[in-house]
Amino acid sequence: MGGIPHDHYEPKAAWEKGLAKRLPIVGLMYDTLMIPTPKNLNWMWIWGIVLTFCLALQIITGIVLVMHYTPHVDLAFASVEHIMRNVNGGAMLRYIHMNGASLFFVAVYAHIFRGLYYGSYKAPREITWIIGMLIYLLMMGTAFMGYVLPWGQMSFWGATVITGLFGAIPFVGEALQTWLLGGPAVDNATLNRFFSLHYLLPFVIAGLVIVHIWAFHTTGNNNPTGVEVRRGSKEEAETDTLPSWPYFAIKELFALAVILLIFFAIVGSMPNYLGHPDNYIEANPLATPAHIVPEWYFLPFYAILRAFTADVWVVIIAETLTGGIIDAKFFGVVAMFGAIAVMALAPWLDTSSVRSGRYRPMRKWWFWLLVVDFFALMWLGAMPAEEPYATLSLIASAYWFAYFLVILPLLGVIEKPETPPATIEEDFAAHVGGGDAGAVPSSQPAE
Amino acid sequence: MFKKLAASAVAAVMLATGAFAAGGPGGHVENIDFSFDGPFGSYDQNQLQRGLQVYTEICAACHGLQYVPIRTLGDDGGPALPEDQVRAYAEFYEVFDPELDDFRTATENDHFPGSNLENAPDLTMMAKARAGFHGPYGLGINQLMKGMGGPEYITALLLGYTGEEKEEAGSVLYENTIFPGGWIAMAPPLYGEDVDYADGHANDLHHIAEDVSAFLMWTAEPKLVARKQAGFVGVVFLTILSVLLYLTNKRLWAPVKARYKKK
Repeated sequence: MGGIPHDHYEPKAAWEKGLAKRLPIVGLMYDTLMIPTPKNLNWMWIWGIVLTFCLALQIITGIVLVMHYTPHVDLAFASVEHIMRNVNGGAMLRYIHMNGASLFFVAVYAHIFRGLYYGSYKAPREITWIIGMLIYLLMMGTAFMGYVLPWGQMSFWGATVITGLFGAIPFVGEALQTWLLGGPAVDNATLNRFFSLHYLLPFVIAGLVIVHIWAFHTTGNNNPTGVEVRRGSKEEAETDTLPSWPYFAIKELFALAVILLIFFAIVGSMPNYLGHPDNYIEANPLATPAHIVPEWYFLPFYAILRAFTADVWVVIIAETLTGGIIDAKFFGVVAMFGAIAVMALAPWLDTSSVRSGRYRPMRKWWFWLLVVDFFALMWLGAMPAEEPYATLSLIASAYWFAYFLVILPLLGVIEKPETPPATIEEDFAAHVGGGDAGAVPSSQPAE
Repeated sequence: MFKKLAASAVAAVMLATGAFAAGGPGGHVENIDFSFDGPFGSYDQNQLQRGLQVYTEICAACHGLQYVPIRTLGDDGGPALPEDQVRAYAEFYEVFDPELDDFRTATENDHFPGSNLENAPDLTMMAKARAGFHGPYGLGINQLMKGMGGPEYITALLLGYTGEEKEEAGSVLYENTIFPGGWIAMAPPLYGEDVDYADGHANDLHHIAEDVSAFLMWTAEPKLVARKQAGFVGVVFLTILSVLLYLTNKRLWAPVKARYKKK
């Protein structure tokens, strides 16, 4: 691994040397586990391990569920009930998988907003950020297709609405939609391909997670100050960092245990809290539910999708300029994907010379407003498409785009950032020692 | 710091509920203190047996429970009928056997029959497919103590008839204050004292409706008791693990932090 200088694995016994010569796998594991990590990481740097755990949990529970599930429109719903009733531990297994998806998204949103606040996306970590965004997109696709598999009412109608979005694309939309569904409407062909992809994509995600970790192990972790680790020599680097194992591994495992404690309390006592009652009714193409609501983790972007109705001036302009090719529906689809795209572009939209939000007095406020905006959009996504929710959705969507496209670039010019501490060690010392940043024993050799 | 972490996780889960406003336009559903509510609630075996009797004598005339294997009537945590009673109960039903290409007497390994009437929905999952309430403020947090209100919805519906009826497109509709739209095709199924309980339990309308609702909660969630136990064991173990990891972490970092502590 490049970047921060640190100790490497030295094979000692003859067999270790022999193995290292043929396959340096122990060295790779050693370097990964012992990676120098900034001492001052706070409790927002625990979501990575939660996410890794979630991926493993979903893959393992998923593989077992597949052993009992039948992907056929006549049998899928009954096979899920078979799992809930006849499979040993099946009810628990399915509820863990179902709520595991929600835990996964709680963690990914916390992880993303952590990155947004501390400027983790800024150079040289753009690639880590972009890969993270790809993982997030794949997670959304996987979760969406997984939700279709139980073949309840929300599964069916959610699939109908979301695949309908592709139909809004000018010229090719209808053909594309038919191709995606494998027919004119959501049916057995759709269920089967969603099942196939729902099994495949987690492994693609796992591959990208490895690249994600590889990328930030190369650049080194960001940290709450946004100040880089001193890397002139191994000794210098060691004053700013500690090896990931055991210092951060144990800390993160502690956080994971606490989060899982809450998770098991929810799975045990209210496993259907985040679900929708309609999904316990078998899919019926002839009966549309009164409200079609996506899962909570899609709601912010669903609100953006619905916000741009035909009477909004930007939509009218777009429609007029393109001679009707871009209509309100397509505009909404573009806005929804655009909302994620602008987030992915943050490394290039943020013009500030300072990385961490901690030393950016103005951006701090805009950031917290973005967090409020995110929750507001989530709430609005669950509300019916009527006033006052329509107007509120439009305002909230506008702020989402304004934050990335206007505020981030402008703040870099307008804002006068505070001076971050000179070193990570200084920040750590100030934190541990109670505010006095002067007493840094950096000249003392590490024990 | 730990507080911050826990608070952010809890807040995220709480704010993020997807099932806002799940209940349709129907009437107000009152909470009932069922024995299976709350994190430690479990089914009342006697109530489930009474509910089974109501279901068998009244509901089963039109409705079905197609996902429920009859043998599960003997399961612990459920109605827990003795084995011979389960077998005898199965003999009430005739099921279609594709191998014989004919009907035969059901055994305990068969499922309950499905619905007899086309517009009578299967009742297996009814108690989970309806949410009677979602409070407070549509957040659904009270689910932890009161449940989603599925069985409460069924009870309220059974008690919600006003006695008014009207004819529409050749079929009779009955006014019901709970059913979305206000008019339901099902004639009032219960009037009170429709069944006689062997245990001498009160059989007025209210009690019968509650008993059958509890039974339908069991058909919807037969593993409720086992699930709550598994969740509780998980919480206990993870609490111990958390404490141990907290202490390990504290001890691990102590020498690192000591170096920077003010003398």
